[in-house]
Amino acid sequence: MKASWPRPSALIPYLWLAIFFALPFLLVFRLSLSDSALSIPPYAPQIDWSGGLAGFRRFLAGLDFDTYGRLVSDHLYIKAYISSLSFAAQGTLFALLIGYPMAYGMARCRPQTRNLLLMLVILPFWTSFLIRVYAWVGILKPEGLLNAGLGLLGLPNIDLLYTPAAVQIGLVYSYLPFMVLPLYAVLEKQDHTLLEAAADLGSPPWKSFWQVTFPLSIPGVVAGCLLCFIPMVGEFVIPDLLGGPGSLMIGRSIWMEFFANRDWPFASAVAVALLIMLVPPIVLYQRQQVRALEAGR
Amino acid sequence: MSEPGAGKPAKARANGGRRLNIGAVRSSFAPWNDPSAVPLVRFEGVGKRFGDQVAVEDLSLEIYPGEFFALLGPSGCGKTTLMRMLAGFETPDTGRITLAGEDLAGVPPHRRPVNMMFQSYALFPHLSVEQNIAFGLKQEGLPKAEIAARVVEMLDLVKMAPFARRRPDQLSGGQKQRVALARAVARKPKMLLLDEPLGALDKKLREETQFELMDLQVELGVTFLIVTHDQEEAMVMADRIAVMREGRIAQIGRPEEVYETPANRYVAEFLGDVNLFDARVSQIDHPMARLEAAESLEGFFVLDDDCPAAGSAVSLAVRPEKMRISLEAPPQGTHNVLAGEIWDIGYTGDWTNYIVELPGERLIRVARANASRFVERPIGWDDKVYVTFDPDAGVVLG
Amino acid sequence: MKRGASVFNLVSLTAGFAFLYLPILLLVIWSFNASRLVTVWGGFSTRWYGSLFHNEQLMGAAWVTLRVGLVSATLATVLGTLAAVALTRHGRFLGRTLFSGMSYAPLVMPEVIMGLSLLLLFVALKVDRGLLTVTLAHTTLTMAYVTVVVQSRLATFDRSLEEAAQDLGCTPARAFWSVTLPNILPAVLAGWMLAFTLSLDDLVVASFTSGPGATTLPMRIYSQVRLGVSPEINAVCTLLIGAVAVGVICWSLASKWRTAAGRQPPA
Repeated sequence: MKASWPRPSALIPYLWLAIFFALPFLLVFRLSLSDSALSIPPYAPQIDWSGGLAGFRRFLAGLDFDTYGRLVSDHLYIKAYISSLSFAAQGTLFALLIGYPMAYGMARCRPQTRNLLLMLVILPFWTSFLIRVYAWVGILKPEGLLNAGLGLLGLPNIDLLYTPAAVQIGLVYSYLPFMVLPLYAVLEKQDHTLLEAAADLGSPPWKSFWQVTFPLSIPGVVAGCLLCFIPMVGEFVIPDLLGGPGSLMIGRSIWMEFFANRDWPFASAVAVALLIMLVPPIVLYQRQQVRALEAGR
Repeated sequence: MSEPGAGKPAKARANGGRRLNIGAVRSSFAPWNDPSAVPLVRFEGVGKRFGDQVAVEDLSLEIYPGEFFALLGPSGCGKTTLMRMLAGFETPDTGRITLAGEDLAGVPPHRRPVNMMFQSYALFPHLSVEQNIAFGLKQEGLPKAEIAARVVEMLDLVKMAPFARRRPDQLSGGQKQRVALARAVARKPKMLLLDEPLGALDKKLREETQFELMDLQVELGVTFLIVTHDQEEAMVMADRIAVMREGRIAQIGRPEEVYETPANRYVAEFLGDVNLFDARVSQIDHPMARLEAAESLEGFFVLDDDCPAAGSAVSLAVRPEKMRISLEAPPQGTHNVLAGEIWDIGYTGDWTNYIVELPGERLIRVARANASRFVERPIGWDDKVYVTFDPDAGVVLG
Repeated sequence: MKRGASVFNLVSLTAGFAFLYLPILLLVIWSFNASRLVTVWGGFSTRWYGSLFHNEQLMGAAWVTLRVGLVSATLATVLGTLAAVALTRHGRFLGRTLFSGMSYAPLVMPEVIMGLSLLLLFVALKVDRGLLTVTLAHTTLTMAYVTVVVQSRLATFDRSLEEAAQDLGCTPARAFWSVTLPNILPAVLAGWMLAFTLSLDDLVVASFTSGPGATTLPMRIYSQVRLGVSPEINAVCTLLIGAVAVGVICWSLASKWRTAAGRQPPA
């Protein structure tokens, strides 16, 4: 089959995405090569259409990689990238450790219970992310619920709010459903006679789990981990509300550069660097989606 | 080959020595033998590949008005692709397809005067039985009263009138099949395409439905093209069968032709069971021919029709039910005797299948109809047995 | 997995769901707390709800959010469904890889980057930021979710139904309207719901792309939360959670009723 032109009905979303998704990225990249300036909008050079070709040449000559130079030389940003990755990696791991037993337990319930639990996992999706993160402020703050509980038990208070630990809790909490759902989808589909077959062939239950259930659930593990890891890296709300100055995350850096420092070119450069970092996991995720879609056919 | 009066055993020699095939023959209907008959559908050198895979290759075929035609073959032989090309869901890479003289190239599925009954039935789950049947009529823009009348007619035809308001998921498999059939014939297509129409039914229902489909075809006078992998289905229903293999047609003929006189080893082995002996023609003495084969010292004696010249390497195909098995040695002078030992016995009730081991570890299969309930001495494992067959039981394949 | 849940399963499920729901539950409780302090129960009170309805800033932001959500979710549903159909039904076409990449990427794209890039687009196009820009941005953000939901339904949808419709005389477009769409409608509606709630929920993209006069509820909540926990916000949150809960319950009852209606035994 030869590739043909996209049909008109495909062309509409195609053009929409080209204008509102692809084109803006090119703009981000172009802006990252500009310099910050005291103007509206706050960057230079800007394309001077009245100058014709010469004006465009002047514009091109004004572009440089200065912002990237700053990015590489400033330890703060390198640190922010590294700490974003480490927050995301740890958060993903914890989400997997909590989410796998949950998904496994759900898959072993009776169908009606299963559907109810599934709905309970999905339900937080529908409630505001911001609100759910904000609820943790009330729990973790020094005079919050956690310390009140510890006080009742006669334990010393711990100050978690505005620490990396609070960010970690927020990340795991917010992204747990993203981990549970793909895992559950894989585990629920698993044929239970496989475990009976394993038992019949002399494998004790815990061994069957590691030899049958877990290997078969790896596509779900990969999907869940990527679905958590990728957005965690660029997370803004959680470090902003729960983290202190010590909880560096790159999403927050972009926000600060943009809104607080009004340095648009530098914010763009930070964003481009973040995007480049996220390309491998995103491509991996896309491939997996395509494979899952084809297997489902 | 088949002629009026057929239906007698193959042995009967009538009509000046021409043998007649066994089988249920709609004898007066044979447009493919009539040079003046105009085919309804013509595939001319049609080919189709999916990527590297060849689905259909340089295939030519003619189907005549009023025929019940079956495409038979294992999965992946290209039969479904061929049907989907006729319906318009696949485009041939090469060749052309004409329907009633009109080239179908570029005609989209919704403008083709053929209708299809899908393997999954493809009943619209959001519509009731009558809405499903009316669907195609509505697309034609017929007046409402006419649609309603036609729907009633179709419901009666498939005996589904009491279920008119049901949704497809409230129907049994057999009922779904009827609705799908009614929906497909409601538009009075020039040709009805049936993709594995009985595949989803259980065995009993399948047998009943076979006869219903045949009656319906005669009643409607519509040309039927059926795709199936089930040889029994094709043999019972079809006027002609095209046995397909790897995108090509291995043989076309009446059911009894393809079964009793297969054109090649593939067809012989695909349809039913067969014992094949590698042999060489050693002597032709009309009407008999003698074949040399490793299994028999004396050689096999068979009829000489379609037999190549002496010296040619051939295969002798003998179906298990055309062999006889006995504990006693046959009288001296009997041809085609094979002595061996029982290797295995499969009792299926109406038949018993014997696997006999000939010298040299060669296994052959013999089937015996259990015509009586008791025998004096049953044949058991490791018994010494004699297998014989008549000269006209075997087919010489070049 | 037929065998029932073991003790380990029960413990992990209980702990997991407690972790998921405890903060939400606490918010609801606090919203009825007469005291401003989260650790002190000052008695049951609805005073925060009362003051909420007199907070014009919050009510105005809620109205903006609702309008943006309704329009962007509807646009995203149309675009996302078209994209899903193109990806599952149109076979190979020029630029398909780019198209599918763009269709899914917003799912995993950090919102900060999406917000920043869309802002730059609006600046470059010299479009004043306001309701329109937030709506366009939210449409782009949420259509990917619609695409995924509708696409997974289409992938399991028996294609021969569409072929049967064409075989019975429908053009491909008509077959989509009269056969495919009625059957995938639940998925399309679910996609709309998802797009709507995501739009209601979004802080980051809205912060970048909205302008004066188009402050959305999450932006308002965010600026208040930064100043500390406010019982009024607890009340807003409880109302939002309540609305979602009611919506989800109605939805599941409706679908239960539908399947029950479909399962009438053949007489």
